[in-house]
Amino acid sequence: MGNVKVFFAKNFERAKTAMRSNMRQYAMLIALIAIMIIFQILTKGILLKPRNVSKLIYQNSYILILAIGMVLLIISGGNIDLSVGALVAFVSALSALFSVKMGLPPAIAIVLGLVFGTLAGMWQGFWIAYVKIPSFIVTLAGMLVFRGLNNLILEGETIALPDLYVKIASSVVPDFIGGADSGLHLTTIIIGVLFSIVYTVVMILSRSKKKRNNFEISPFYLFVLKTASIVAIINLFMYWLSRDDGLPIVLIILAVLIGIYSFITIKTVAGRHIYALGGNQKAAALSGVKTKRVLFWVYANMGLMAAVAGIVFAGRLNAASPTAGMGFELDAIAACFIGGASAAGGVGTVIGAIIGAFIMGILNNGMSIMGLSIFWQDIIKGLVLLTAVAFDVYSKSKAKKAA
Amino acid sequence: MSENILEMVNITKTFPGVKALDNVNLQVREGEIHALVGENGAGKSTLMGVLSGIYPYGDYSGDIMYKGEVCKFRNIKDSEKLGIAIIHQELALIPYMTISENIFLGNERQRSGVINWEVTNKKAIELMKKVGLNERPSSLIKDIGVGKQQLVEIAKALSKDVKLLILDEPTAALNDDDSANLLNLLTDLNKKNGITCIIISHKINEIKQISDQITILRDGAAIETLVKNVDEITENRIIKGMVGRELVNRFPKRERNIGDIGFEVRDWVVYDPLDEDRLRINNISFNVRKGEVVGLAGLMGAGRTELAMSIFGKSYGKKISGRIYKDGEEVFFHNVSQAIENGVAYLTEDRKNAGLILIDDIKRNISLAGLKKISRNMVVDEHEEMLVALNYRKKLNIKSSSIFQKASDLSGGNQQKVVISKWIFAEPDVLMLDEPTRGIDVGAKFEIYTIINQLVAEGKSVVMISSELPEILGMCDRIYVINEGKIVGELKIEDASQESIMRCIIQSTNKQEVTM
Repeated sequence: MGNVKVFFAKNFERAKTAMRSNMRQYAMLIALIAIMIIFQILTKGILLKPRNVSKLIYQNSYILILAIGMVLLIISGGNIDLSVGALVAFVSALSALFSVKMGLPPAIAIVLGLVFGTLAGMWQGFWIAYVKIPSFIVTLAGMLVFRGLNNLILEGETIALPDLYVKIASSVVPDFIGGADSGLHLTTIIIGVLFSIVYTVVMILSRSKKKRNNFEISPFYLFVLKTASIVAIINLFMYWLSRDDGLPIVLIILAVLIGIYSFITIKTVAGRHIYALGGNQKAAALSGVKTKRVLFWVYANMGLMAAVAGIVFAGRLNAASPTAGMGFELDAIAACFIGGASAAGGVGTVIGAIIGAFIMGILNNGMSIMGLSIFWQDIIKGLVLLTAVAFDVYSKSKAKKAA
Repeated sequence: MSENILEMVNITKTFPGVKALDNVNLQVREGEIHALVGENGAGKSTLMGVLSGIYPYGDYSGDIMYKGEVCKFRNIKDSEKLGIAIIHQELALIPYMTISENIFLGNERQRSGVINWEVTNKKAIELMKKVGLNERPSSLIKDIGVGKQQLVEIAKALSKDVKLLILDEPTAALNDDDSANLLNLLTDLNKKNGITCIIISHKINEIKQISDQITILRDGAAIETLVKNVDEITENRIIKGMVGRELVNRFPKRERNIGDIGFEVRDWVVYDPLDEDRLRINNISFNVRKGEVVGLAGLMGAGRTELAMSIFGKSYGKKISGRIYKDGEEVFFHNVSQAIENGVAYLTEDRKNAGLILIDDIKRNISLAGLKKISRNMVVDEHEEMLVALNYRKKLNIKSSSIFQKASDLSGGNQQKVVISKWIFAEPDVLMLDEPTRGIDVGAKFEIYTIINQLVAEGKSVVMISSELPEILGMCDRIYVINEGKIVGELKIEDASQESIMRCIIQSTNKQEVTM
């Protein structure tokens, strides 16, 4: 009996310290699940219907993409980019210019769109990193300039785009295997299974390497629990999508971007330099981090992400429009802060920003289904943002006192 | 006249790990100019902080008796109400506001929140006349010189009806004319208006000239008070009081095994980054041999940090010129990473603000300057990183719960060990250590000295900047004395003593004052 008690006490302590160190991440996840449950009840089960889940992904894809770029900016020292909404519009206008007005093949138009988005980001990065103009001002100027360029290109009109754009934004992976009889998109399910196998293998390899090096590892049952639940969630999610039309192409783009940027932030020297710059600029500079260059590239990357978002958004609307991307910057910034990024810099994760964007997306979607007035929707979203950051500040000050 | 306006009785103040003031007694007579002298860190500024309410009652032990009454100041406002004003070394003026706005800042001539500009300007002109400030009251602070800014500070103090004026190094940033003016003004205010002054200064000849009593502080204790016309007041007498402690065996022994010149800087000139006409480093040349610890001694603001930082990839200053040689070959450091790649490291004096990333853990702080060594294709090998961190944690005895503990949660000594680990991991041949033991306890100091000894035993060159003369004397093989951006003396350790170093500094200051 005593041994069992000790075993539990020990593991409980361990779990508690692990929980505490990841508290912010878990808190966000719990908040996301809680909001999902609340709206599932309030919308009488509509929220999580397969159709609506697909819709959530399509509707929020461009905000999610922007949030990935934005969270890097915020990590690098609490910088923000107010121009991303206008950049989205600018790139969608360029898409129309290249593919419709100039008649270039759509694939080339897309590549050119990405190049110009990156150049726009470099333009802003130059003023911010090298001329040291506050990011708030540079991107406020950018907001006006890029919105103006959009209107100049489109001459105030809305222009329809080629099919490739629409395909990227709102179609699914073709079903190679079939299964239409069962009403399931089998390719989607198989991709999910393959993905979970790869994930499990990577996790096991990483754990055994840790063990070889004698690092402390979490207890075996926790490891199994964690891996199993993630595998279960992936497969359940894919099954859900297969009950609708299947795996959206834009979700693959998103997954790849999340993967790449999580890898960059967590595993690479460049990622470390971004965190170091935000954590303490002076210390980073005195440790050999080229602080200006890092800041410049983070903004260039924001331009690239805005371009991707611009192409996806134009495809989703099936047109380039003068009002595209209005207010996107605020949604993207809010997503990062809800997702645990610190306004002072040095803290934040790509996954956190994604969770934050989903919280905002579900709020939007859920309240729309309920038929809440748009005014109330804004009020509630504002209060959620405030509460999330207040909770963050509170838990940090508490942690400091405890130390 | 000889009644004490102020008595500070048995004042003790501790900072985490350090006793800054230890049972200090200070008696200031009404209407006198009382000087406080002592080395850096002797406790002068802390004592004045206690007196002016910067460290509130309860933060220290002991009593402050002002005009015969015990005072318990909770903040600066409380002490100001009784007519105690402090003027800090770094002036507390707002550059984009006018002289008259600054004089009455926080003390505005107003009725229900509305400022009466007529009265403000009239009073400002009166006060400016009193301190001999010849400017329009509407001039902006940023447009007048440091000397005049100092006068504005005094005018500000006078506007609060000051009885006891405390000045912390008032002439440190002034040229000789301005200094002379200021000292005249002080004696004037003192004689005509009966304002009692406490002045902190390193310039002993100034102090000799104007003060009625001199209290010497050393290691947080008041050593003695010299009275004008009673005691003998000479430079030697004062220096002896300032440094006259016994050197206990606080430094680990090291076998000297000094090789060739490993690092040399020639004709180094640096200008102030904010004021490009102001020379900060004036033609400095120095060298360090392999296996040698070279000390840079000097007072605060002498230019030692500026020298080291400007060498370290031009991290400080403008219009930098001069040559750097490593192992006899000329090298160029255009940025910090070039300096690191060429085997030079700089440990900053400002551990918290410029040395550590406090929100990151020990592991990440240690690897930051040497990330490339543990990465392949720019991907950091986190297992390797943990091994490195575990290794240094053990080797340097960093007391922590794990390598995942945040740097902000560590004690000063352990934080410093993390920063040192970072630099050792970068594998430099030359280490410039700026105040490596500032603000850490005696035990941790000894450990850090031991680490320094190991580094030189491996044939590395160490440049040590320290404001603690005993540390310089205990650790270094050779000492350069720096004052006002120049090398004013080079001493072999056999010839060096606290007296000889202080003499170098003080004589060079005096010489400049005579020649200029």
